[in-house]
Amino acid sequence: MKPYDVIIIGAGVTGAAIARELSRYRLSVALLEKSEECGFGVSKSNSGIVHPGTQNPPGSLKGRLCVQGNRLMRPLARELGMDFKEVGELIVAFSEQEVLRLQELKKQAESLGVPRLRIVDKRWLEKNEPNLSSEALAALYAPTAASISPYRLVFDLCENAVQNGVEIFTECPALGIVRTGEGFQVRTPRGVLCSRYLVNAAGLYADEIARMCGITDFTITPRKGEEFILDKKRELIANHLLFPLPSKISKGILVIKTSDGNPMIGPTAQDVSDKEDLSTSDEGLRKALEGARRMIPAISQDDIIAYFSGLRPVAGEDFIIRHEDSAAGCVTVAGIQSPGLTAAPAIARMVVRLLKDNGLALRQKLLFRARQRELKHLFSIPFSETKRLIKKDASCGDVVCRCEMVSAQEVRDAVRRGAKTLDGIKFRTRAQAGRCHGSFCTTRVMKILAQERGIPLTQVTKRGKGSQIIKGDRADA
Amino acid sequence: MRERELVIVGAGPAGMAAAIAAREEGVEDILLLERDQYPGGILNQCVHTGFGIEYFHEVLTGPEYAQHFIDKLQEMTGITISLKSFVVRLTKDKTLTYLRPGALEEVRARALIMATGCREKTREMVHIPGTRPAGIFSAGLAQKLINVEGLLPGKEAVIVGSGDIGLIMARRFILEGAQVKGIIEIQKQSRGLTRNVVQCVEDFEVPLYCRHKISRILGRDRVEGVDVMAVDEDLREVPGSAFRLACDTVLVSVGLIPENELVEMAGAVLDKRTNSPVSGGLNLTSIPGLFVCGNAFKVYDIVDSVSRDSAACGRLAAAYLKGARKS
Repeated sequence: MKPYDVIIIGAGVTGAAIARELSRYRLSVALLEKSEECGFGVSKSNSGIVHPGTQNPPGSLKGRLCVQGNRLMRPLARELGMDFKEVGELIVAFSEQEVLRLQELKKQAESLGVPRLRIVDKRWLEKNEPNLSSEALAALYAPTAASISPYRLVFDLCENAVQNGVEIFTECPALGIVRTGEGFQVRTPRGVLCSRYLVNAAGLYADEIARMCGITDFTITPRKGEEFILDKKRELIANHLLFPLPSKISKGILVIKTSDGNPMIGPTAQDVSDKEDLSTSDEGLRKALEGARRMIPAISQDDIIAYFSGLRPVAGEDFIIRHEDSAAGCVTVAGIQSPGLTAAPAIARMVVRLLKDNGLALRQKLLFRARQRELKHLFSIPFSETKRLIKKDASCGDVVCRCEMVSAQEVRDAVRRGAKTLDGIKFRTRAQAGRCHGSFCTTRVMKILAQERGIPLTQVTKRGKGSQIIKGDRADA
Repeated sequence: MRERELVIVGAGPAGMAAAIAAREEGVEDILLLERDQYPGGILNQCVHTGFGIEYFHEVLTGPEYAQHFIDKLQEMTGITISLKSFVVRLTKDKTLTYLRPGALEEVRARALIMATGCREKTREMVHIPGTRPAGIFSAGLAQKLINVEGLLPGKEAVIVGSGDIGLIMARRFILEGAQVKGIIEIQKQSRGLTRNVVQCVEDFEVPLYCRHKISRILGRDRVEGVDVMAVDEDLREVPGSAFRLACDTVLVSVGLIPENELVEMAGAVLDKRTNSPVSGGLNLTSIPGLFVCGNAFKVYDIVDSVSRDSAACGRLAAAYLKGARKS
């Protein structure tokens, strides 16, 4: 088999952004993902914040790539047809001492190139963030902060990369890597795949992949974050992304205005040892509520409709992005924790440059399809438009998920564009993500998925192998 | 925009009883909107018996109980039933926007009855810690999978909460050849009707753990078990009481909440805790001419009481229309 020019291991937001960036050039690229769907690792638990770059140490790779990424994300979201809501962020100070720290943060961020920062006072806050605690004294306002759907960003990057020739292999973990004179042989359940260059974007498992290439100088420690999603009815509880002043290991408990409209509180930060431990706890709930209520006292536990936890892949303070001289042709992209999603488009450019500097010939394709069709939600458009759509295709008006008002057509479209699991549909459309948590719509969503994929209902899974929803027909019970 | 005398949203037991009663009181122009492809609401998946003892003095299954009302509706003139009709918007002046196959319609109601039922509380609402694998179902979803779709969601279930749906599902699981490892109830006794405790739990020897709670759900891809703990009178965990039940399924039956999102959208005041309309009396809301009946108004134990109170709501709407016409 002819070797690929580049194999990328890991189809999270980092790997997906790199794949899409490489797809501009006349290269053969394979993107390997161990899960059933792309983005099902670290990225699916991302908060979806496009950070302005206010909270990174000066001189860090994070700091530079975050500011760059924030700038690059706008045209990228436009090209991919994604919602990009520039809601702005407030870092809130609750004491005179904290107000002084805001000044420091501002100076630091400005030296990194974060634009349009200003300190706003209590009066401004009362007017623009009326539910904010009366204890708040001032805030650092960064208008360039935004929210985006982290899942859709990965899906759209992947879909666009495939349109431009990238091959994606899901359920395809790298089991072993052999370095040869010409490059790399990656052993997978689908056989051995060869390439001249290798990009390690394996998230939590980047250290294990590195070891397969003989690189042993870093380890990944999972840092768990629990997040709690509030009912969409509480959409207007906050107008901005709200942050307390950051601590050493995290940005603290935030009140997040998500691109879907549901506010979210969290994430907690706790170092754990198990890379698969995605459980949530009472302790996490308590901490998230306490932290969120310090900013918005009106948030109540009754508002919570869902929760989840994610693991940040931590490899020291900063990102590790480098060409491995000891394994020529291998680029490591590790420790991509916050602000990794924001930085992803900038990381992708940096990785492409590293590959080029190490001999990969980049020739632009004559035709690169940058643009992609927008996934239109039936009720986020004017009613006249909705009417027209329904007249054209009755399935547009056939509501499957009543809480989030998702139509059969949207669910079908999600499957046709790559969703293979119930979670894949949920992340793309929000069907099953509302307040009833799928009690009413799961059967219909399952049927559409089974029909579109041509599989029996008993093979429908929540998130891939082993997570079947149904244990049998009644007849064979 | 079309105007109708009376619009009723939801053709379950509440909406049908209200429609029939309003018609009998002389309301001549009634539009009954139903989201599903047939009337009957949740009764259609309740294939067990026990319905109708008070209202019809007969022991009926859910679909049989519904059929009594469907037959009566069909005999009447002046009631239009619009199926596959899903209301997406409601405004204070009682204008409804709804979808039906191939069209987005608007209708203005002179009087409006919302009979939208209730939804089940989720695992998320009571915050059960642990993982989030496949195999966690609301009891009602499991009921629909088995009774309507003919699919078995699991082979070894643990049920959280001992409300009536949970108890009935315990029996259903056993009748379908699956096992029920236990019902976990945090209160001192079952929350279900006595007859369900006897017929679904005791008769089938299902272990009922009262004053217990699930402290953790286990399993990565599919549920593998639950950790259970005893709690004291103040619902605090009793140290050293933990034990593990292996299972592939967790059914959540921890209560119901009225579905009043549309009523809230219209601006009616809701009780934040119960999600019921805050009002001056049965079936009333803070908006004149906007009524709520059945489980959307408050969660009932038995459907017979839903029918009785919803019929009263139909008469209330009729009286409102008469009054409005006079003035």
